[in-house]
Amino acid sequence: MPIAQIAERDLSSEKSKTFVFQDEGHTLGNALRCVISSYPDVQFCGYTVPHPAESKMHFRIQMNKGQAIDALKRGLEDLVKICDHTLEKFDEEMSSYKSDHNLVT
Amino acid sequence: MDTINDEKPRVVLKEHKIIPNMPTRPTIFDDVFDIKVFKKKFSVVIVRYEHYEMEFDLIGIHPSLVNAFRRLILSDVPSMAIEKVHIYNNTTIIQDEVLAHRLGLIPLKADPRLFEYHTDEHADYMENDSLEFELKIKCTFNKELNNSSYDLYKNNNVYSKHIKWLPKGNQSKLLKGIDVGPIHDDILIAKMRPGHELDLKLIAVKSCGRDHAKFSPVATAFYRLLPDIRLVQKVEGEAAERLQKCFSPGVIEIEKNVDGKQVAKVKNARYDMSSRNVYRYDDLKDSVILSKVQDHFIFTVESVGAMASDVIFKEAVHILKNKCLSLLEELQN
Repeated sequence: MPIAQIAERDLSSEKSKTFVFQDEGHTLGNALRCVISSYPDVQFCGYTVPHPAESKMHFRIQMNKGQAIDALKRGLEDLVKICDHTLEKFDEEMSSYKSDHNLVT
Repeated sequence: MDTINDEKPRVVLKEHKIIPNMPTRPTIFDDVFDIKVFKKKFSVVIVRYEHYEMEFDLIGIHPSLVNAFRRLILSDVPSMAIEKVHIYNNTTIIQDEVLAHRLGLIPLKADPRLFEYHTDEHADYMENDSLEFELKIKCTFNKELNNSSYDLYKNNNVYSKHIKWLPKGNQSKLLKGIDVGPIHDDILIAKMRPGHELDLKLIAVKSCGRDHAKFSPVATAFYRLLPDIRLVQKVEGEAAERLQKCFSPGVIEIEKNVDGKQVAKVKNARYDMSSRNVYRYDDLKDSVILSKVQDHFIFTVESVGAMASDVIFKEAVHILKNKCLSLLEELQN
């Protein structure tokens, strides 16, 4: 099953694209949108779930310069880094909390 | 008086509106995302941990990400629940389908990480993707009835403790008997009278909350913004007591100062429920500034009991990470 598929009328433009995510929704859509829309070269970034009964998410990126797909890749990579760092911090705090309160790990 | 000058992004709660109070320095809301900046700003504080219930703070993170974690916990972190009920005999007054539904909602003590998803509906249930239970119970008259006992019947109440685990294949070695079965043994499943009988086989599988709410690993998972209360004028005497009543218990403290007057002081704004009751009093409304810190989240996870609450949160973050990794891989091709 395709995870990221590109639905586009005008295939010539690499600057702006709409990606279709199969089996994704607001969870990934909004998190990714918040990361990608902060990039300086991104002119517009938004997502939509076109119909609640279809598990599809449309993700649009419009760039001032550069390719839309690069922004998407960078966004996903940054999201992975956020997750890694969150896990690391959470584990650190959890183990120090447990040792402070004499809890068995 | 309307603004609070510090480095935290806030909203100030006024009587009928909220006013954003953004510091001059860039915050997480207008920064270009940079992992180095994120690492510097982000912190976690564990506030309360009671194994199945925990509260922690996520500080310096965008609300979209916190909301993603919450959504993942509710509907993407898997757990085990009874999915199929084979009814061999049911002579109780509770209907088959109602009984099956009730059984599905019973929280099970089983670590979902040890199991696979049962993907093919027509395939047999195997030891690596399912758990099997049995519920065989019959109600009879209590024959040893004497004057001191009021129990007319035996087994007239069917509880979750009557559910017996039937280990499949190697399961009895891999999972210890005490680790499998209903979490609470006093859940009332059905009521019976002499002659009534239940003979059921129950099959539990792994799935996630998106499929059915019974698979959600938490009773609830939620977050809220850190409230902040500042007293900008001295509030004394009767007014102090009134001020205290405007907030949740424990938020405002009344101290006696040197000349014996009662003075209100903010003790702990964290557990305030942010009602705006102060605005009902004209003499009090200008003496206090209510605000919320927009990048400080108080996250609460209440586990159903199969997994510890910290494990559930970590699983959620792992799921988001793996989602991104598999999408990246897809994009490479």
